[in-house]
Amino acid sequence: MNFPTDLKYTATDEWIRVEGDLATLGVSDFAQDQLSDVVFFEATVKVGQRVAAGAQVATLESVKAAADVATPVSGEVVEINQSLPATPELVNSEPYGGAWMVKLKLSDPSELTALLDDAAYQRNTKERGG
Amino acid sequence: MLEPLIYELSTPGRPGHRFPDPDVPRADLPAGMTRKELMLPELSELEVVRHFVRLSQLNHAIDTGFYPLGSCSMKYNPKVNEDAARLPGFAHSHPLQDLSTQQGSLALMFRLQQWLKEIGGFAGVSLQPAAGAHGELSGILMIRAYHHQRGQPQRNKILVPDSAHGTNPATTTMSGLRVVELPSDARGNVDLEALRAECDETVAGLMLTNPNTLGLFEEHVQEVVRLVHDAGGLVYGDGANMNALLGVVRPGDLGFDVLHFNLHKTFSTPHGGGGPGAGPVGVGDQLLDYLPGPVVAELEPETEDLPPLYGLEMPPKSIGRVKAFHGHFGMHVRAYSYIRSYGRSGMRAIADHAVLNANYLMAGLRQTYQVPFDRRCMHEFVAEGRFEFAPEIHALDISKRLMDYGFHPPTNYFPLIIREALMIEPTETESKPTLDAFVEAMLAIAEEARSEPELLKGAPHSTPFGRMDEVQAAKQLVLCCRPAELAPANP
Amino acid sequence: MSYIPHTESERRQMMAAVGVESIDQLFADVPAEVRFPELDLPEPASELEILEELQLLSEANLNTREAACFLGAGAYNHYIPSVVDHILRRNEFYTAYTPYQPEISQGTLQAIFEYQSLMCFLTGMEVSNASHYDGATALAEAAILALNVHQGRRDKLVLTPGIHPQYREVVRTYLQGQPLEIVGDDSLGSRPETYLDERTSLVAVQYPDFFGNIVDYASLAAAAHAVGALVCVVANPIALGLLKPPSEFGADVVVGDGQPLGIPLSFGGPTIGFFATRQEYVRKMSGRLVGETSDSRGQRGYVLTLTPREQHIRRGRATSNICTNQGLMALAVTAYLSSVGRGGLRKVAELCYHKAHYAAEQIAAVEGFQLWNREPFFHEFVIRCPKPPAQLNQHLLDHDILGGYDLGQEYPELEGHMLLAVTELIHKQDIDDLAAALREAVDA
Repeated sequence: MNFPTDLKYTATDEWIRVEGDLATLGVSDFAQDQLSDVVFFEATVKVGQRVAAGAQVATLESVKAAADVATPVSGEVVEINQSLPATPELVNSEPYGGAWMVKLKLSDPSELTALLDDAAYQRNTKERGG
Repeated sequence: MLEPLIYELSTPGRPGHRFPDPDVPRADLPAGMTRKELMLPELSELEVVRHFVRLSQLNHAIDTGFYPLGSCSMKYNPKVNEDAARLPGFAHSHPLQDLSTQQGSLALMFRLQQWLKEIGGFAGVSLQPAAGAHGELSGILMIRAYHHQRGQPQRNKILVPDSAHGTNPATTTMSGLRVVELPSDARGNVDLEALRAECDETVAGLMLTNPNTLGLFEEHVQEVVRLVHDAGGLVYGDGANMNALLGVVRPGDLGFDVLHFNLHKTFSTPHGGGGPGAGPVGVGDQLLDYLPGPVVAELEPETEDLPPLYGLEMPPKSIGRVKAFHGHFGMHVRAYSYIRSYGRSGMRAIADHAVLNANYLMAGLRQTYQVPFDRRCMHEFVAEGRFEFAPEIHALDISKRLMDYGFHPPTNYFPLIIREALMIEPTETESKPTLDAFVEAMLAIAEEARSEPELLKGAPHSTPFGRMDEVQAAKQLVLCCRPAELAPANP
Repeated sequence: MSYIPHTESERRQMMAAVGVESIDQLFADVPAEVRFPELDLPEPASELEILEELQLLSEANLNTREAACFLGAGAYNHYIPSVVDHILRRNEFYTAYTPYQPEISQGTLQAIFEYQSLMCFLTGMEVSNASHYDGATALAEAAILALNVHQGRRDKLVLTPGIHPQYREVVRTYLQGQPLEIVGDDSLGSRPETYLDERTSLVAVQYPDFFGNIVDYASLAAAAHAVGALVCVVANPIALGLLKPPSEFGADVVVGDGQPLGIPLSFGGPTIGFFATRQEYVRKMSGRLVGETSDSRGQRGYVLTLTPREQHIRRGRATSNICTNQGLMALAVTAYLSSVGRGGLRKVAELCYHKAHYAAEQIAAVEGFQLWNREPFFHEFVIRCPKPPAQLNQHLLDHDILGGYDLGQEYPELEGHMLLAVTELIHKQDIDDLAAALREAVDA
């Protein structure tokens, strides 16, 4: 199971990559493993929309489960992965690469301190049977 | 592909069912409102019959083999019930006829209401809900209405154990209330500490399945009920597992305020490939006025010469009607016939043998399949479908291999709190030889997992169809015949 | 009669294997003070006695094969071809469970896929689910779908008075826990257009309406769409054999009760609620769905799909909890439509239409009776009566006729009006007898 060290994570299995004030987010390798084959992805926000930490930004479905993807940070949506809806299986094969979901311009970088680093997240997944 | 689609069998111009010509003058059809094209198939009666008979032969059914499906109570569906429901006086009755012409139907429904009250220990019953989930919705709406009526709308929290069926939280949200999940303790009961912590002035109620989905009787059920009642909440019972309780204990006597029955589980009405069922609700005194309605009432008592006069009444604070007309009357007839069949003493015999059968299977299997709780089970039990010596084998593989032995698999992956769960419920209508054969098959499969795991991984081998590609189904979403496959419309 | 097969010897062997001396021990966890109650139920009866008892009860009813039935109002007395029940009585169909294990459930799954396809073509919509409990609950589910499409941001539903009164009641029951405004049906003259605004999630109409009127809803649909609201049409499936489908005038969801398609009246249940909509709403649709796929051997097969939708909770929005479909009733509809086919359904619809028009004419010719409908009607119509409908119906019963539905209870403006339905089972003679009996009732 893959836990890239340059990312931050949430206990609800989202990852976030921060470059300056730009944050990219998606769901983790552990998440895709739990979901199994992902068949559907849809962003529930639009470019230009302001979102608060905890708001839903996308929805995922596999044959076993449906899951909401929430942003752990507040900001303005600047980009949405336009090719992911057509190839939802990327969530399984490239959870940290091709299956990035949404890019936000951060409005409150202090929110990042509440996130987990890779080691803490890995421990968290072990507690949940990972 | 073993049987073509009905549309693929269609041939333009093929003569089908004939209706007589009108015996009245033809009126002008409404201008501009008639249909130009009607894409329905054209088959002869023989083609229709062969199609559906061949399709039926692709199914496993209770009448072909054992179905150890936990929480489904796949018991035998008595044939007399089918004949009873088809009696012309029942089958051809219109729901809106003057009630003086439907005293037979109303008498049947009234008596069924009375019997369910008696079996459940309740003050009132509504036969209107069409299914378990429908009964559940009624129950939660009643609890909500009760608190609102008493000026306590802040009571919007419904407590649901983590072992609960998925409909429980969904029903709660649908009713405008919020769900709080309660963990189970090491013996599979509701965690009392967690429950105590949540019992405050915002609690509307608790949804409890007893026995729970692990097949275990809630060891502290009276304490659980007391805690909720003391906090001002009500207790809703999911009656899916009533088969273990018939004649043994009445949920009303345990303090349940409302419970739904599943006529298609406990009371033998057939599953029909996914319905129709029926989900009547029973209530204690507190919720009597809130029942969905109308319900059948005795308007005038029996006299020396006349039977009682029955009518329909809307309870004074009813949550309202949950479906059109009176409920699944066809299933009421079947359940009536079933209860008449067993009667006073028979109810207990059902539970006795359902529970004996389940414990017998558990005894036969637990050396090989881990059973997580060291307790006597009720009418069902959960075993883990996995082996230390074969970590690549999952409950799914065991299930698929069971089909090669002629059995329908047990319920898979439910409840979610047990890994690789196999929930097994034999019901009381299965004989010892069937149960022994099932145990033998399960033990053989465990042996195969050790020596020839590819038999499981590739299973089923001997069924007409292999494993379905569910990913393809969800991604490509073909939910309807494609027009290109159809025969061209014939003007 | 009991269906429990155990012999005494088997019971003892099994108890020994389990390690109990008496079965009572299996119930040790049940609190002693409430255990093993005496149930006040009748003594067990044999099959023979049960059938006799039920025969007597059923004969205490007057059924629609014994009396000419002019009652409709949401349940209709149609002819059911013999094949339908023979198919429903196939043990492999009616004693089968929900098809969660597709390898051994292809009979059920393919039949549902065929049902879904037939309903798509009948309604003109792109996708149909495997059914809801009845037309009323299907309408409630349509409202929930609309609220979900608008992501909880709209809080108004417009219902019209031409929708079956019981259906409107069910919508209100289902949604009583949601902060919504449900308007538009308080009086007969209510115009739905006056309620449309950006808060409107759904406007619902019936086709033909409760009074039998065939209304073209194209302009209402356009007005609804202009404010972003969805349009739900409650349709009669027999009427769809003759009339243009709701897809042609802008329906977003089509629902209704499938009882007229091969399901007996059975005092109101079980029936089946059909639900069809646009492809774009498929993931917001509740209820079971069967999809086509292939198996591991390359064969075409069918499987329940999009199952995570069924009980997933989305915060802040109404969700459906529906877990079942009407299984065997969907099979009945499929068998009926396959049997009567393209030509047959059209023929049934025409028979209903012509007979209803003859009946309306004959009754309107009786002194004191007047046809109320101003629009063209399908197989139901409203008659203004010179005497209370309840009284007339009592008189008709003496002639073995089941008269129409008294509209005064639900529509105060229609006090003294009766709703009559005519199907292909009504003969010309029945209609003439009805007119004669009405004449007699008035003269009396």
